[in-house]
Amino acid sequence: MNLLEVEGLRAGYTEEVDILNGVSVQVGEGEIVAIIGPNGAGKSTLLKAIFGLLRPREGKVTFSGEDITGAAPEVIVRKGMSYVPQVQNVFTSLTVQENLEMGAFVREDDFSDRLEALYRMFPDLERKKGERVGRLSGGQRQMVALARALMLDPKLLLLDEPSAGLSPAMVSVVFEKIREIKGAGVAILIVEQNAKEALRLSDRAYVLAMGRNVLSGPGEELLENEEVGRLYLGGG
Amino acid sequence: MLELFVYGIVLGSIIALGAIGLTLVYGILRFANFAHGDLMTAGAYVALFFVASLFPSLGVPDARLAPFSFGWRMVAAFPLAMAAVAGVAILLDKTLYRKLRQKGSSAVMLAMSALGASFIVRMVVLILWGADYRSFYPGVLRPAMELPLGVKIRPDQVLILGVAAFLVVLLHLFLHRTKMGKAMRATADNPELARVSGIRTERVITCCWATGGALAAAAGVLYGIDVQIHPGMGWNFLLPLFAAAILGGIGNVYGALIGGLVIGVLQQLSTAFLLPTYKPAVAFVGMILILLIRPQGIFGPRE
Repeated sequence: MNLLEVEGLRAGYTEEVDILNGVSVQVGEGEIVAIIGPNGAGKSTLLKAIFGLLRPREGKVTFSGEDITGAAPEVIVRKGMSYVPQVQNVFTSLTVQENLEMGAFVREDDFSDRLEALYRMFPDLERKKGERVGRLSGGQRQMVALARALMLDPKLLLLDEPSAGLSPAMVSVVFEKIREIKGAGVAILIVEQNAKEALRLSDRAYVLAMGRNVLSGPGEELLENEEVGRLYLGGG
Repeated sequence: MLELFVYGIVLGSIIALGAIGLTLVYGILRFANFAHGDLMTAGAYVALFFVASLFPSLGVPDARLAPFSFGWRMVAAFPLAMAAVAGVAILLDKTLYRKLRQKGSSAVMLAMSALGASFIVRMVVLILWGADYRSFYPGVLRPAMELPLGVKIRPDQVLILGVAAFLVVLLHLFLHRTKMGKAMRATADNPELARVSGIRTERVITCCWATGGALAAAAGVLYGIDVQIHPGMGWNFLLPLFAAAILGGIGNVYGALIGGLVIGVLQQLSTAFLLPTYKPAVAFVGMILILLIRPQGIFGPRE
C-alpha cells in the first residue's frame, strides 16, 4: 500500500474554474516523487489540495490508509505529513529557534532531542538560533523552512519549489539537504520549476499540464524522454 | 512643564495598555476594534461594582492603603475586573466576530460590527450605573507629594506607572516565554503557516481577546484611580488609542507602548498652550507629523 494515494483530484480557487482536472499521484514509503510541468499546470495547487488548504471538489486523498480528503491542515499535520509553502514559509519576526518550536507546536512532550538532531543536520541554524529569521539570507530561510517542517519527524514532506528565488550555489545546497532528508527515511513529494535537478533527485516523477497527468515514470527515464526534454527541460 | 511631562507619562502608560490590546487584536485578526475603548469603561465599572457594591454587602474589610487613595477592596477588584472583561471580550468574539469571520466578512464589516458592540457595552454601563461621574472612593483626600525639581505627583500616579510597567513586563514574558504567547506571535506573523504548523488558530484568537480585554480593563481601572469614571470615558479614549497604535506601527506591541507614551506626553504638554478640549486633536497632529517622517510607524515593518 502506498503512503499517499491521490485519486482523480479536482479543485480550484473559485466556484467555476478548476485548476486541477482529475490528478492522480502516488507516493510510497520513503520514496521521493517529483511533480514537474509548465507554469499554471496546477503543481502548487495540488500540494495545497492534498494538505487541506484548498477543499477538493472531487477525488480522494488517502494517507497511511486513512481518508483525509478535505481535512483541515491542523488535523493533517498531526497525522505525520508536513508542508513547506513556496513563499512566506518562515515566521520572519520570530527567532530561528522559535520557528522550530512552532514546527513542534502539536507536541506536548519534550522535543529537545529532535531540536538537537535538526541542529546537527543544519549546523548554520544552530549558530543563528537566537536571531530573527527576517535577518537571514534567502538560503538560510529555506533551511529554517525545511527544519520547521521536519520538527514533527513526518512520514511525508510536501515541498513547493524549494529552490525558487535562490542563487545557483544555494540551489545545490538545498537539493543536497533534500537528499539527506530522504536518506533519513522521509518520503518527499516535491514540486519544482527546476525540472532537471528535480528529476535527477527523484525516484519517480509526474508531468502535469492543464491540471492533468500527462506522463509519469522513473526520474531518470523522464530525463531521457524526448518530449519532456523539448517541452520542460529547455532544449532538444 | 516638567510636571506636565510626568503627568503625560502617567496618562501615556494608561493609553499604552489600551493601545497594546488594540494592536494585538489587529495583528492577529486584521481589523480595527472600535469597541476597545468601551472595554476600558467596562473594566472600570466592574471594579466599581466590586468596590462599591458587592464587597461592602459581603462585608469584605477595606483598610485604606496609605498613602494611596484606595484600600484592599480595590486590590482584590483589580484582577477580578481584568478577568471579567477578558470574559466579555471572548463572549463578543464567540457571539459576533467569529460568526462574521466564518462567513468571510470584510475588515470593514468587522469594524462596523465592533462599532455596534461598543454602543451595546456603553449602553449596558449606562443602564446599570447611570450617566454620572463616579469615584471608586468618593471623598477621600488625595494629597500630592513633592519630587525633586518641584514636581508634584500623587502616590496613586506613581503606583499607576508601576502597575502599567508590571503588566507590560508580564505581557512580554507571556509573548516570549510561553508556548501560547509564541503561537500568538507566529499567528500574527503568518496565519497560514501557523495553521500549517498545526496551531489551532481559533484558540489563539480566544487568547488574544482575553489578553486585550484584560489589559483594557486594567487601563480603565487605572484611569478611574487617577481621575474619575463615567460611561463615555472609554469612547473618549478610542482616538488616542488608535493614534498610539498607528504611531507605533500597528500590530507591534512595543510600538503601541512607545506610541502610547508619546501621545500621553503630547496631550499633557499641549495643555500648557491650548484648552484641554483640544487634546484628541493634539494626539492626531502628533501622529500625522511622525507618520510624515516614518510612514510605517515607529516600529512598523520596513517593506
